Amino acid sequence: MDDTIQEDERYVLRLFVTGASVNSVRAISNLKHICETYVHDNYSLEIIDVYQEKTIAEKEQIIALPLLIKSFPLPERRLIGDMSDTNRVLKGLGIS
Amino acid sequence: MHINYSQNPHKPLKLLPKSPTGIIGLDQITEGGIPEGRPTLICGGAGCGKTLFSMEFIVRGAMEFNEPGVFMAFEEKADELTMNVASLGFDLEKLQADKLVKLDHVYIERSEIEETGEYDLDGIFIRLGHAIDSIGAKRVVLDTIENLFSSLNNEAIIRAELRRLFQWLKGKKVTTIITGEKGDGIFTRHGLEEYVSDCVILLDHRVMNQISTRLLRIVKYRGSMHGTNEYPFLIDEKGISVLPVTALTLDHDVSTERVSSGIPSLDKMLGGKGFYKGSSVLVSGTAGTGKTSIAGYFANETCKGNKRCIYFAFEESPKQIIRNMMSIGIHLQEYVDSGLLKFHASRPTLNGLEMHLVAIHKLVQEFKPQVVILDPITNLITVGSVSEVKTMLIRLIDFLQSEQITVMFTALTLNNIVNEQTDEGVSSLVDAWLLVRDIEFNGERNRGMYVMKSRGMKHSNQVREFVISDEGLNLVDVYLGPEGVLTGSAREAQRLQEETGDVLRKHALTMKDMEIGRKRKVLESKIASLKEEFESMQDQLNKSYIEDTLRKEVIEKNREELTRNRHND
Repeated sequence: MDDTIQEDERYVLRLFVTGASVNSVRAISNLKHICETYVHDNYSLEIIDVYQEKTIAEKEQIIALPLLIKSFPLPERRLIGDMSDTNRVLKGLGIS
Repeated sequence: MHINYSQNPHKPLKLLPKSPTGIIGLDQITEGGIPEGRPTLICGGAGCGKTLFSMEFIVRGAMEFNEPGVFMAFEEKADELTMNVASLGFDLEKLQADKLVKLDHVYIERSEIEETGEYDLDGIFIRLGHAIDSIGAKRVVLDTIENLFSSLNNEAIIRAELRRLFQWLKGKKVTTIITGEKGDGIFTRHGLEEYVSDCVILLDHRVMNQISTRLLRIVKYRGSMHGTNEYPFLIDEKGISVLPVTALTLDHDVSTERVSSGIPSLDKMLGGKGFYKGSSVLVSGTAGTGKTSIAGYFANETCKGNKRCIYFAFEESPKQIIRNMMSIGIHLQEYVDSGLLKFHASRPTLNGLEMHLVAIHKLVQEFKPQVVILDPITNLITVGSVSEVKTMLIRLIDFLQSEQITVMFTALTLNNIVNEQTDEGVSSLVDAWLLVRDIEFNGERNRGMYVMKSRGMKHSNQVREFVISDEGLNLVDVYLGPEGVLTGSAREAQRLQEETGDVLRKHALTMKDMEIGRKRKVLESKIASLKEEFESMQDQLNKSYIEDTLRKEVIEKNREELTRNRHND
């Protein structure tokens, strides 16, 4: 039964990074690793380079980078940092 | 070989470039503004005016100095800010549409954020960089960036990033204002002053005796001269105005021009011409002695000469003063209508002394009057101590004298004893001091006026009776008799008595004249009869003399006859 709910609740993730900075590269690889491990095939991940789209910074209220926005399932959560603290990432994504 | 390092007069040293804030008074204190292309920290407690201060910097920059600005708000939303400053006449929406100002509201909800490792604040850099580039900003405000500390956990990262941010802003050559909440014993709660070391301005909002005063102090200004005092400032419908209290040097110009007090007999007491232009006049006296009337006369006289006058009323409303002045034949309303006379009525308790001073400064600079009247200064004592009031008045007199404005204060003295000092202790500061006092005698009160002092002119040392009637004010010579100074009806009675005496004396005089006339007549008739007597006596004497002569002749003749007859024998 849990499986069906998870099937419906696909994780919609957007990761904002700044070019190829150390934190950005680390965040991308850490997040991909976590997603593959815990929500395998049940997520969509968009990676956005804020340098390329500067206006998005104001629109999305971006301050700290890298920033991961989980817009679904609700509630929306924001995670900042290089995603190296796996426990916190899972907590933020609502995966126990 | 001798190398001269001293300043070469032909090649001036390069001074720190400054960016004018456009805030009234602040540019004078800082001698030109805040350091250009560098960050300045403005700190202070809640509600001290930090946001307004920085907003005015941005708006004035955009409107007056053609320097677009970015306002990054960490506290208030853009539309809230727009609304808040609309009361000052700043149209932020239009300025934003004209690409002169850019507002960016930075919002962080701590509960929504999970920190998962190393991060940086590149988001702020990107947003700020984009905003600066999009409008070509020369000015940036970060209000209040310290909010980051409460939104994010990792203080070490924030500190490192702030340091980087300020360096980056310097590199961008934008003049930045960073605001910070005042902490306990330190300038900002999170020690921002550590990063912003060029210029630190501290704002304070102090409440003493339920009266609030806003104060500004430049704590630090690297590479520049600056005023070090606490300067009061005012927030009103036109924004912020800081009162620069220049060093109290006594080198202002003086005038030998005289201005009439409006009361001819008072002018006569003052060497015949009145006060010096640009001098300070104190009118003190007990309650109801006509201080306001004197002030009203002076205002009237000033406006009559087509000069401007501001009347600061601390006790009565303008309408009340105008009505009361009508009763002594002074019509101030017409001058109010023609714009020569301006009333500014406020309760002394409205705000602190400093605020009053700022308000007076502002009005005087706007209205450019030749005469300023403060009626009465006594009530100011309710909002400050004697020494504070005195300092304030010193500064006011100093300012007005430097502007060549004649000022008249009225002050209430509380008892009938002539004090060497008035309650406000300003008597030593003023150039002329008129004392109006009650003279109670014979069951009535009358007003006596003295010129206690009047610098630089011959003035009367006499007490004059000060009479207020329907026709206006007048000074009458008092009667100085054996019983002392007589005024009012006693003086009148004395005058009558003297008149009676005169009539009696005159009468007595005529009686004596008649007596003398009669005596003269008697004597004259006596003289006439004596003359007659003398004449008749003379006649008689003459008669016998002639007879004698005749007889002698006859005898001689007879003898000759006889002799001849004898010889004929």
